Amino acid sequence: MADKQVMVDVDQVTIRFNLSSQKIDNLKEYFIKFIKKELMFQEFLAVKDVSFTVHRGEAWGLIGTNGSGKSTLLKAISGIIKPYQGKITINGSIAPLIELGAGFDQECTARENIFLNGCVLGHSLKYMEEHFDEIVEFAEIEKFLDSPIKNYSSGMKARLGFAIATMVKPDILIVDEVLAVGDYKFRQKCEKRMKELLAGGTTLLYVSHNIAEVKRLCDHALWIDKGNTRMIGEVNEVCDAYMEEMKN
Amino acid sequence: MNHEKSKLAQYLSEFWRYRDLLKLLVSKNIKLKYRRSWLGYVWSILNPLLIMIVMTVVFSSMFKRNIENFPVYLFCGQLLFNYMNNSTTQAIFSINNSAALLKKTYVPKYMFTLARITSGLVDLLFSLGALVLVLIATQSRVTWYALLFPFVLLQLYVFCVGLGLFLAQANVFFKDTQFIYSAFTTAWLYLTPIFYPLEALPEGIQWCISHLNPMYFFIGQFRALVYSGTMPETYLIISGCVAAVAMLLLGMWSFMRSKDRFILYI
Repeated sequence: MADKQVMVDVDQVTIRFNLSSQKIDNLKEYFIKFIKKELMFQEFLAVKDVSFTVHRGEAWGLIGTNGSGKSTLLKAISGIIKPYQGKITINGSIAPLIELGAGFDQECTARENIFLNGCVLGHSLKYMEEHFDEIVEFAEIEKFLDSPIKNYSSGMKARLGFAIATMVKPDILIVDEVLAVGDYKFRQKCEKRMKELLAGGTTLLYVSHNIAEVKRLCDHALWIDKGNTRMIGEVNEVCDAYMEEMKN
Repeated sequence: MNHEKSKLAQYLSEFWRYRDLLKLLVSKNIKLKYRRSWLGYVWSILNPLLIMIVMTVVFSSMFKRNIENFPVYLFCGQLLFNYMNNSTTQAIFSINNSAALLKKTYVPKYMFTLARITSGLVDLLFSLGALVLVLIATQSRVTWYALLFPFVLLQLYVFCVGLGLFLAQANVFFKDTQFIYSAFTTAWLYLTPIFYPLEALPEGIQWCISHLNPMYFFIGQFRALVYSGTMPETYLIISGCVAAVAMLLLGMWSFMRSKDRFILYI
């Protein structure tokens, strides 16, 4: 265990969130709030002092009730949010699937979006050209390649997003409850793909409310409750404890 | 020092990694602008040309300024000012409009601002075609100096990138920026000698404009090259370069300082 390379190191991380119910949008409010020193925002700590270490090839499930800070933690690991305190160290490339098709431009066609989304993930145009057919095949959208993405169903968008993100072999794959919209067949396909990646040495961070799925895919789990670490360890133990609590 | 150096290297390598994104965003901006329009890209040439004709008719009949070859004089100023105005106005919204994406994936945020300014530049290059048409139509005398125009556009581009970055980050925290800026550019337009000669103004204002208005530096140089067919004054070249670099540094500094907090506000 100790000789395995550390892929993600989350060290006592606290993440601050802006809860400000009314945004300050004009000068008058600005000055009033400035005097009251409420200018910036109402602080809300979405994740409090969480630490864990992920080694190469491990698959971690993040579980917890809605609003417990799972997604926020994943966003911090992907580099979208900077932690307020603590430190996150990443070794390797990340493919974040926080929301499938987040990089899509609604006005553009699927063909254009494949390139756009690929570049958002940091790939070159040349690389995307090489993998274009593969992506289209996996997403099963050959017939609709040249229609604008705004006319796509959410399932189709999800398929395309997943296909683009997993076409590269990332060192770390981050999946946040994104497969819920796909149909059964597609979810099977995604699971198969994730297992392939795992077998190839990719590290997985997985958020899902489907505990059975977490148990199937992951070997470790982290249970977060209202931003605090509740339990951390082997997947079955954590999941069982979580289910036990949910029943009560 | 070493730390600073590695940080700079990190930024540069990140920019290099995402260079294709910039390319795509620029071509997307341009494509979407004219998608489903009948004349498409032709508008990039036709639009400034039409505006120039309207303004030439208005100003040459209303005001007798006696500017020699007024269409070219006007067009040189108008093209550059419009580019600055349009691209920075679009850049203001570049971060706010990309909120959905910035919340879900990590992308260097300045790419969206940079893409706006760059697609404006591509538009400007199309519009230069219209300038060539005007030069031919008015049978203007053009010298080899005109070929130095990319040097002026480079200064203007750098200036606009800096201004765009500054405005984009300001608008994240303070939405009034967009409204203040639109009033500001209107004043700026009238305080730049585009359709009148600088000498038409009172001396005090003349001094302010020729020392403090960066657009005067750029338009002045461009006019010297294309309209007068001479080398620009050294003063204009130096102040143009200084204004561009100073604006870029201000923009980058303000953007870098606040970029990590964008996510909390968009």
